[in-house]
Amino acid sequence: MSNSITTMIEVVGLKKSFGTHAVLRDISLEVPKGGVVALIGPSGSGKSTLLRTLNLLTLPDSGYIRVGASRIDFTAGQRMPRDRELAAFRARTGMVFQNFNLFPHMSAEANVMEGPVTVQRMKKPEARALARELLAKVGLADRAEAMPEQLSGGQKQRVAIARALAMKPDVMLFDEATSALDPERVAEVLAVMKQLATEGMTMLLVTHEMAFAREVADTVIFMRDGYVVESGPARQVIDHPAEEATRAFLSHFHHAAGAGA
Amino acid sequence: MNYQWDFSFLLEYKTLIWQGALYTLGFTVLTAVSGLTVGCIIALARLSGIRWLAWPLLAISELFRCTPVLVQLVWCYYALPILIGVNLSPPVAAFITLTMYGGSFYAEIIRGGIISIDAGQWDAGRALGMRIGALMRRIVLPQAFRRMVPPLVNQTVLQLKNTSLLSVLAVPDLLYQGQLITSATYRPLETYTMVAVIYFILLLPLTRGAALLEARMSR
Ligand SMILES: Nc1ncnc2c1ncn2[C@@H]1O[C@H](COP(=O)(O)OP(=O)(O)O)[C@@H](O)[C@H]1O
Ligand SMILES: [Mg+2]
Repeated sequence: MSNSITTMIEVVGLKKSFGTHAVLRDISLEVPKGGVVALIGPSGSGKSTLLRTLNLLTLPDSGYIRVGASRIDFTAGQRMPRDRELAAFRARTGMVFQNFNLFPHMSAEANVMEGPVTVQRMKKPEARALARELLAKVGLADRAEAMPEQLSGGQKQRVAIARALAMKPDVMLFDEATSALDPERVAEVLAVMKQLATEGMTMLLVTHEMAFAREVADTVIFMRDGYVVESGPARQVIDHPAEEATRAFLSHFHHAAGAGA
Repeated sequence: MNYQWDFSFLLEYKTLIWQGALYTLGFTVLTAVSGLTVGCIIALARLSGIRWLAWPLLAISELFRCTPVLVQLVWCYYALPILIGVNLSPPVAAFITLTMYGGSFYAEIIRGGIISIDAGQWDAGRALGMRIGALMRRIVLPQAFRRMVPPLVNQTVLQLKNTSLLSVLAVPDLLYQGQLITSATYRPLETYTMVAVIYFILLLPLTRGAALLEARMSR
C-alpha cells in the first residue's frame, strides 16, 4: 500500500486501437506524488490519446490505470465501467485541453464554479468564493465576470486551469496547453503551470516547450508510434538522449524552436 | 375591372371566422407541443446509438418527411382506420398527422442542434466528472437550444400553414370557414382575401421574432 501513496499515477500495459490502427501499444508509466512528467514526441505518436485514457475520455482496450486510490482494469473479459464510475474517476483528475474548451455560455467565474456546484453539489456562495480564489491564483481576479469570448487565449487557458483545479483533483493533465496560443501569451500560462508544479501538484503534461519541460519536469517520456521509446530525468533525456529517434526528434525541434524564437 | 369591394358582409360571419381562427391557432399550438415531444424522443433515440431504437424511428421520420402532408392526412383518415379497425374522427386524424409530420422535422432540428456542439464541450464536461444528464442539461442543451430556436420557429410557421389542409377533412379551421362563407355569399374575393390576411397577421410576429432572435444571437 505504500506504493499507492508514493505513486500517484500508475499505468500498466495500456493498449488502444482505433479500428486496425494501434495508437497505444503497451504503455506503462508511473508518476510519483508531486511529480511532474512531460510527454514529448512527434504528432500522431499517441500522446493525446494516452492523456485521454488517463481521464477515461477514451477507454483503452486493455491494461490498467490507477490514479490515487482508484484503479480501473481494462483486462479482456472485464465489464466496461458504468457512467457513474467513469464520472467519479474523472472528477479526481483535472484536464486542460489545447483548445481550452471553456463553456462559452458561462462567465469565467461560472466556468470555475460549474464542477463544484453541479458535480460536488457545493453551495453556490461557497463555490463562488472558491472560484474567486482560484481566479486570483491564476492572475484573473478582475476578469471573473468576463465571458470567454471577451478573453484572450492565455486568459481562457488560465480560466480552464482554474476550472480544473476547482475539483481539487489528485492530478492535473495538460494536453499541449500552450500550443493554440499566440507566442506572447505562452509565458503567462507556463508560469501558472510552473507554480502548480512548485506547490506539489502531480502533473502529466504533453508539451512542445522543451525549455519548460527541461526546467519544470522531473521526468521526460519520449513517445513515438504508440511506444515509449525513452524515458528518464528531464535534463538527461533532453540534453543527452540515449535513443537515435529521440535525438532526431529533438534536433528537428531545436531547429524549429530556434527559428521561432 | 370595376369590381365593387365590400367587406362589410363579413361582419355577419365574425363568430364563424373567429372560430376558424381559434381552430387554426389551437391546432398549431397543440401539434407544436406534441410534435416537439415526438421530435425530442426521436432525436434522443437517434443520438443514443441504440440501434433497435434509432433505426425504426429514423424510418418513421423519413416516411413523414418524404411524403406530402396532404397525402398523410388523407391516408390517416381514410386508410389507417381500415388497418387498425377503428374509425378516426377528422380532428384526431389531423392531430396524429400533424404531430408526426412536425415531429419528424423537429427531430432533425433538435438532433442537428445537439450534434453541432463541439466535441470539446463534451470532453470538458466529462473531465469535470459530469454524467450524461448534467452534461446535457448544463452544457450541451443550453448551447444547442440557442441554435435551434430560429429553425424551430420556422418549422412552427410551416406547422400553422399546414393546418389549412385540415379543411379537406372538414375540420372547421380558418380556410374551411372561408369556404363556408363563400358558398353562402358568393363573394370569394373578399372572403379569401380576409382569410389570407388573418394568416398573415398570425404569422408575421413569429417570423419577425425569429429573425430578431437570429440577429441577436449572431452578434
Ligand atoms: N477518435 C479517434 N478515432 C480514430 N483515430 C484517432 C482518434 N483519436 C486519435 N486517433 C489517431 O491516433 C493517432 C494518435 O493521435 P494522438 O493521440 O492525437 O497523437 P498526438 O497527440 O501524439 O499527436 C493519430 O494517428 C490519430 O489520427
Ligand atoms: Mg495531441
